[in-house]
Amino acid sequence: MRDSLSVSLTVGAYGVAFGAASVANGFSVLQSCLLSLLTFSGASQFAVVGVLGAGGSAISAIATASLLGVRNGLYGVIMAPRLKVTGLKRMVAAHITIDESTGVALGSEKRGDDAMRQGFWLTGFGVFLFWNLFTLAGALGAQAMGDTRAWGLDSAVPAAFLGLVWPRLENNRNRALAIASVLFALAMTPILPPGLPIIATAFIAIALGLRR
Amino acid sequence: MNAFWVATIGTSIIAFILKYTGHSIPKAWLEHPTIQRINVLIPIALLSALVGVQTFTEKSNLIIDHRLAGVGVAVIALLLKAPFPVVVISAAVSSAAIYNWL
Repeated sequence: MRDSLSVSLTVGAYGVAFGAASVANGFSVLQSCLLSLLTFSGASQFAVVGVLGAGGSAISAIATASLLGVRNGLYGVIMAPRLKVTGLKRMVAAHITIDESTGVALGSEKRGDDAMRQGFWLTGFGVFLFWNLFTLAGALGAQAMGDTRAWGLDSAVPAAFLGLVWPRLENNRNRALAIASVLFALAMTPILPPGLPIIATAFIAIALGLRR
Repeated sequence: MNAFWVATIGTSIIAFILKYTGHSIPKAWLEHPTIQRINVLIPIALLSALVGVQTFTEKSNLIIDHRLAGVGVAVIALLLKAPFPVVVISAAVSSAAIYNWL
């Protein structure tokens, strides 16, 4: 219960960064809020606004966001046999299957199945509530600012991506992949249409994963 | 419908399909270690590429500007184990300072 609440509040607060970044990159307040309500997956949402903001096409934006969203599908595979829900309940469970709800659920598993399920639902709904409230706040704030560069929002977006990737850089393989991806994306930027240099780095990840 | 609407709705639909599919397919299909490995690596590649592109490019040009200062401060904040909001805000403040006063 305490885990769920603290995770919900902390993660929800990132919603301010998303709402602000989204408006700074040309999305309306309504579109920003719809992304948080309907996509409801932080990394994917930042990717959509990042790619379109960098001048990429809608297709590149959707493709990048969707590659990042594959992860949630795999969490679903882990959670489905633990939650055992069907019909509408399964659709709701799927929508709130994200890093945090899965993480808290698996972290609570040693305290029993009830604690695990409670952790999943409470964290999922909690993050959903705060993420959406804070997105609205961030989007309205950025809209009121005018020139978002003067407020540093154009740096808040890459800083947010950096904050998202940082905890994943726990070994040399991951760090090497991160550096290679930055260099490759930058090298391809003058050559490929905007957005594609980002998606193309997924192939480096796949190649590395296949090599073991 | 402009690109922003297409991206908003398209991303939302695919995000839900991915989540729902995960809840509906047999677990054994995705237990292969290679799939698991690739699943860890893809977000690292994409997020890193996004950091690079959002820091050093404008349209199809490579440039160095106030954003590098912001992201540099974010790196320092992360090395000091600062929480996420501190990382983002310190980046924004230093970037804004350079943009406005230099």
